[in-house]
Amino acid sequence: MLNTISFEAIKTAVQQWLNMHWGPHLAFIAECILIGLLVIVFFALLGLLLVFMERKVSAVMQIRLGPNRVGPKGWLQTSADTLKLMLKEGLTPDGADKFLFNLAPFLIMIAAMLIMVPIAFARNFQIWDINIGVLYISSIASISVIAILMAGWSSNNKYALLGAMRSGAQIISYELSAGVAVITMVMLTQSLSIQDIILSQQNGWWIFKGHIPAIIAFVIFMIAATAETNRAPFDLAEAESELTAGFHTEYSGMKFALFFLAEYINVFIVCAVAAILFFGGWMPFHIGNWEGFNHIMDYIPSSIWFLGKTFCLIFLIMWFRWTFPRLRIDQLLNLEWKYLLPISLANLLLMTIIVVLKWYL
Amino acid sequence: MSIQQYIQNVFNAVKTLLKGMRVTGYYFFHPKEIITQQYPDNRATLKLADRFKGEVVMLHDENNEHACTGCTACELACPNGTIKIITQFDITPDGKKKKALNTFVYHLELCTMCNLCVEACPTGAITMAQNFEHSVYDRKQLTKILNKPGSKIRAGVE
Repeated sequence: MLNTISFEAIKTAVQQWLNMHWGPHLAFIAECILIGLLVIVFFALLGLLLVFMERKVSAVMQIRLGPNRVGPKGWLQTSADTLKLMLKEGLTPDGADKFLFNLAPFLIMIAAMLIMVPIAFARNFQIWDINIGVLYISSIASISVIAILMAGWSSNNKYALLGAMRSGAQIISYELSAGVAVITMVMLTQSLSIQDIILSQQNGWWIFKGHIPAIIAFVIFMIAATAETNRAPFDLAEAESELTAGFHTEYSGMKFALFFLAEYINVFIVCAVAAILFFGGWMPFHIGNWEGFNHIMDYIPSSIWFLGKTFCLIFLIMWFRWTFPRLRIDQLLNLEWKYLLPISLANLLLMTIIVVLKWYL
Repeated sequence: MSIQQYIQNVFNAVKTLLKGMRVTGYYFFHPKEIITQQYPDNRATLKLADRFKGEVVMLHDENNEHACTGCTACELACPNGTIKIITQFDITPDGKKKKALNTFVYHLELCTMCNLCVEACPTGAITMAQNFEHSVYDRKQLTKILNKPGSKIRAGVE
């Protein structure tokens, strides 16, 4: 049946085979290497897919066609672009702090890779179920601002420094409301572990079960996530029309590609977190006690559910990007400190009342 | 800011953002709205906007007659000296001398398609064509003579 080809089954089979042939220590090291390779391959494929998706979505929203020449329907466009970037020289400016300048793109990728750890891709398919998973994600997510500041500072370029400083102000302030929105959902599940959060949504996703506070928290989380990933309408750190390219102005070739890739990986990760917190991760869609309907939904593999939800949210974020104009820096901080933060705190209070009175299912 | 104003602000922001998303969302789910023309592929069925301006042409009817009186209004209207009109004097049947067009020289390489010459023309002799494939190997070929050889002014045009 379907269980035989699920990610969980493959994982157990590989684990058993390694343990049988190599002994526990070697098997553990082999598993670590295998996971590392899988994550790198997944990143590369995800980058190619998301850049292509972004270009197509933006094109159709602007009544254009988008890439349609390289490969069937333009599917190989991003591969060709990557090939071009690989062949380009990774230039280091003369006045740059060379060590930090070359370290920054790797640091931003490492930060993106580390967040991958507690995310559950399918039923029982997770690199490591840390019992503080959500806290871990929100703390690692703030490391990327160090890489951005590092890149901006070491470039020895005024536009890069301006972009990096804006990015710092932006990420530090929007982390607050994202954190409060996450706490609102943690109140309901009363656990920080990703596995527990998903399992608590077996009989319905929190966005449906959590009443209005869950919906408000979702909206706030999506706004804060867009800001944290430095995407339009909050792309002040890059702001092509003002700062050429912001913090990665001086980067070229593969070093630039790493920044570009990290942006899309971060988009995937925040959408995956939103899917886990509000839409039940890999949990299939169930309606009350419609046995037949629920049974059909169970047949769809859990990985498809997870990726489907995540990509719907990614589409939403792309939709934002190609609709809204960029905010000014004072508007950006106004939005956070005068609107999002007070609303999310009031929302947290509302959710506390609901949880204490046990009004949710 | 009063509480009521604050809530009003939030409500208006959400409403207007959703309005914007509706527009882009409509385009996303209606790919028929795409206006991109895949030019070299669809040369035969190319659709250009009505007001697209490619080059200045002089209208000739089937008798090889045009409506240009050689008044040089277009030459004066042109901001960058694209048009040069060479006139001659015809002798009318009743023995009078009359100014007429000899050669209408048009420098396509200088033209910005501003349409001022067409608007200046009192007799509607010139107009903008929609042809835009103007590339040549020598810029001398871009200097064109717009009145066809042997053409003359249509009777009755003053």
